[in-house]
Amino acid sequence: MSASGTNDPRLDRRAAMQTLLAGRGDMLVVTGLGSTTWDAAGTGDDPRNFYLWGAMGAAAMIGLGLAIAQPERRVLVVTGDGEMLMGLGSLATIGVQHPPNLAVAVFDNARYAETGMQASHTDTAVMLTAVARGCGIEAVFDIADEQALQDFAGRLKGTAGPLFARVAIRADEPPRVLPSRDGVFLKNRFRGALGID
Amino acid sequence: MPDAGHSRLIELCRGDPAMRAVPLTSEEEGIGLAAGAWLGGQRPALLMQSSGVGNCINLLSLTKTCRFPLLMLVTMRGEWAEFNPWQVPMGRNTQAALELFDVLVYRAEHPDEAAETVAAALDIAFNGSLAVAVLLSQRLIGAKRWLK
Repeated sequence: MSASGTNDPRLDRRAAMQTLLAGRGDMLVVTGLGSTTWDAAGTGDDPRNFYLWGAMGAAAMIGLGLAIAQPERRVLVVTGDGEMLMGLGSLATIGVQHPPNLAVAVFDNARYAETGMQASHTDTAVMLTAVARGCGIEAVFDIADEQALQDFAGRLKGTAGPLFARVAIRADEPPRVLPSRDGVFLKNRFRGALGID
Repeated sequence: MPDAGHSRLIELCRGDPAMRAVPLTSEEEGIGLAAGAWLGGQRPALLMQSSGVGNCINLLSLTKTCRFPLLMLVTMRGEWAEFNPWQVPMGRNTQAALELFDVLVYRAEHPDEAAETVAAALDIAFNGSLAVAVLLSQRLIGAKRWLK
């Protein structure tokens, strides 16, 4: 399979992020280090995005804390396969807590794009969907085409969950779109958007 | 985190309708969880044993860079009358490791100090958006009984 050729059937990561965030309503979004952070910024900056520039492995746990604190809002974590692999225990913790308003979408290119495209564990042995199911998350989606992605985006507007999606994306690197990397600013404007002092 | 020294506190948290107890598989999960809870308007506290402090170190970058308030209650192992030498390396370095990441460290050596020390830590954490750890000494907790 070519990594980035036009015959590659996998989804384009920027377009996939746009599909997930289209008509997002009051959804809260956490993105992982690093490409999903550039994808979200490329879709359009928003104070309700909390971009991670570090803390690798923590995206899903930040989403869980947020989902518990804001039970009336949909919380979407979008992260990469490498970032998710670094925090697999968090899927177990999410399975136990079972927050209905949390959704985790993993953009899986089976590569560590930021560090030179080395193969990740999902390139060979590891199926993240099976891990999520094994952790007690029942609503698990293996997404490989635009229609399935749109169906999942529709579920984000419902109230059922927790949801887990593995989204097969091409291993390419679109031009970086960098949001603010001032953590205090990102934190304060996020809380401000929620009306918290 | 499940911990013998915190077992009564964990039970009290589970029984308190004003709190949500979230058991973790590893301590570093708690740093992310606490950050997310604060982003959403809640006040988190993280309970762990000294051995778990080492697991948190890189993620304390998140706490520091974003100036998230954090209250950590840490039961100490590897100090007073420790039976298991494998606990000693992290126990001996718990305070230094936290201080390397600019976490404020308070200690309670005796039971009558515990409540006011935790209250002081809670105030400075949430009033000042700072990371604070209270180390509950092994002498206070009582050495683990191995031979029953």
